[in-house]
Amino acid sequence: MAIRERLSGNEAIAFAMKQINPDVMGAFPITPSTEIPQYFAAYVDNGQVDTEFIAVESEHSAMSTCIGAQAAGARAVSATSSCGLCYMTEMLYIAASDRLPITLAVSCRALSGPININNDHSDAMGVRDAGWIMLFAETNQEAYDNFLQAMRIGEAVNLPVMICQDGFITSHAIENIDLVEDDKVKSFVGEWHPEHYLLKKGESMSMGAYATPVYYMETKRSQAQAMIDAKDVIKKVGAEFGEMTGRTYGLIEKYMMDDAEEAIIIIGSSAGTAKEAINELRAQGKKVGMIKVRSFHPFPTEEIVDALKNVKAFATMDKDDSFNGHCGPMHAEVSAALMAAREFGPLGINYIYGLGGRDVKVESIEKVFAELEKIAATGELGETYRYLEVRE
Amino acid sequence: MSKYEKNTAPDVKWQDITLAADVFEGGTSAAIETGDWRTIKPVIDWDKCKQCLLCAPACPDMSIPVMADGKRGDFDYFFCKGCGICANACPFGAITMVK
Repeated sequence: MAIRERLSGNEAIAFAMKQINPDVMGAFPITPSTEIPQYFAAYVDNGQVDTEFIAVESEHSAMSTCIGAQAAGARAVSATSSCGLCYMTEMLYIAASDRLPITLAVSCRALSGPININNDHSDAMGVRDAGWIMLFAETNQEAYDNFLQAMRIGEAVNLPVMICQDGFITSHAIENIDLVEDDKVKSFVGEWHPEHYLLKKGESMSMGAYATPVYYMETKRSQAQAMIDAKDVIKKVGAEFGEMTGRTYGLIEKYMMDDAEEAIIIIGSSAGTAKEAINELRAQGKKVGMIKVRSFHPFPTEEIVDALKNVKAFATMDKDDSFNGHCGPMHAEVSAALMAAREFGPLGINYIYGLGGRDVKVESIEKVFAELEKIAATGELGETYRYLEVRE
Repeated sequence: MSKYEKNTAPDVKWQDITLAADVFEGGTSAAIETGDWRTIKPVIDWDKCKQCLLCAPACPDMSIPVMADGKRGDFDYFFCKGCGICANACPFGAITMVK
């Protein structure tokens, strides 16, 4: 029987780490993810895990620690947020290109400036090209469940995995949660036995060597394939997790999409708010739905194109901005997916929302659907690059 | 050479390259052509060469081999970048840079 608990999102991640008992954690505190290494350090101090906890002087060193440990043959984890993730950026690329399946918990927070500690996705989206698998959670339960699946996914394709949740909204809010028993976690996650690692007896090897132009591109193409292959792995591991817990995961979650004519595509905790808005609009007879993106990288192109095929108008919701003068990162991905599939039916706009902790209410999402209803009725897109709930 | 030699050869396909281009032996730089972006190259006139060996240590790479008999051999163009330092170091005008 699952264990009924009530935990904050950060506590849930720390608890998942405790159950997994990784070999090494390298971490540096930053709001709002500080509690993760804080709780975990207590587990270390209490002797509840035998993880080597390395308190470093920066996030750059935290990720470097993880890279060294994982290259040596260990399982390494870390946690960070916001500017800390930015400061890790150089090493994030190394982790991915050295094909080291490190697991990193990110409690997403806005980037400066102006200085702000509240939630949006600027930090995670800012490192989206670093080569990490990126899973996002709507709830504390999903953050916990995603973390338990992360190593299975990353180790199958030799890529590091970022487990993202919304800072404060889920990281600090306490929710009811179903925890998996320790022995089940251990057997689900299994042990890490890489084919090659630096401390392997009888085999000498170098990692992270210089690659001339003759080798660099083949190495990157191989890395690209791992991200393509990750799609099936995420679905397979999500299904297996479902057999164990009753909670099955895929690349996306569809909510009321079967007959939806207007839809939003969204990531993270605001999906919960959107479900409430959809329930209210459905009660009024409106055919509205939602696509929640769980796996941002690899991007679920086919799944989203398929889910949108009967939709008249949709809005991609970006909780950050690319500042490219026309759209946020997820809208760019969705648009490219539709173009590649030669699917030009649905009319799509982009909303930048919730920056720096700007409240996203049920009415906020209802405003988006009201706009989509107009677009579907008139066929007029209007401005495609919009800000939601901004005073003007 | 290790059993991964073919997975690190210069003509390796992306499907066959070692994970993360990991290297499984020492001295692999000897197998990697680094002279492929040279635009001019040094040639030696053996009639003018006095085997003074001033050129060999001047080479920033290892493109002027010194043989067991203590004499320099011909250029190793596999590594030579065509920098011309050897031509400048030669007191006898035995080395010229050509296209």
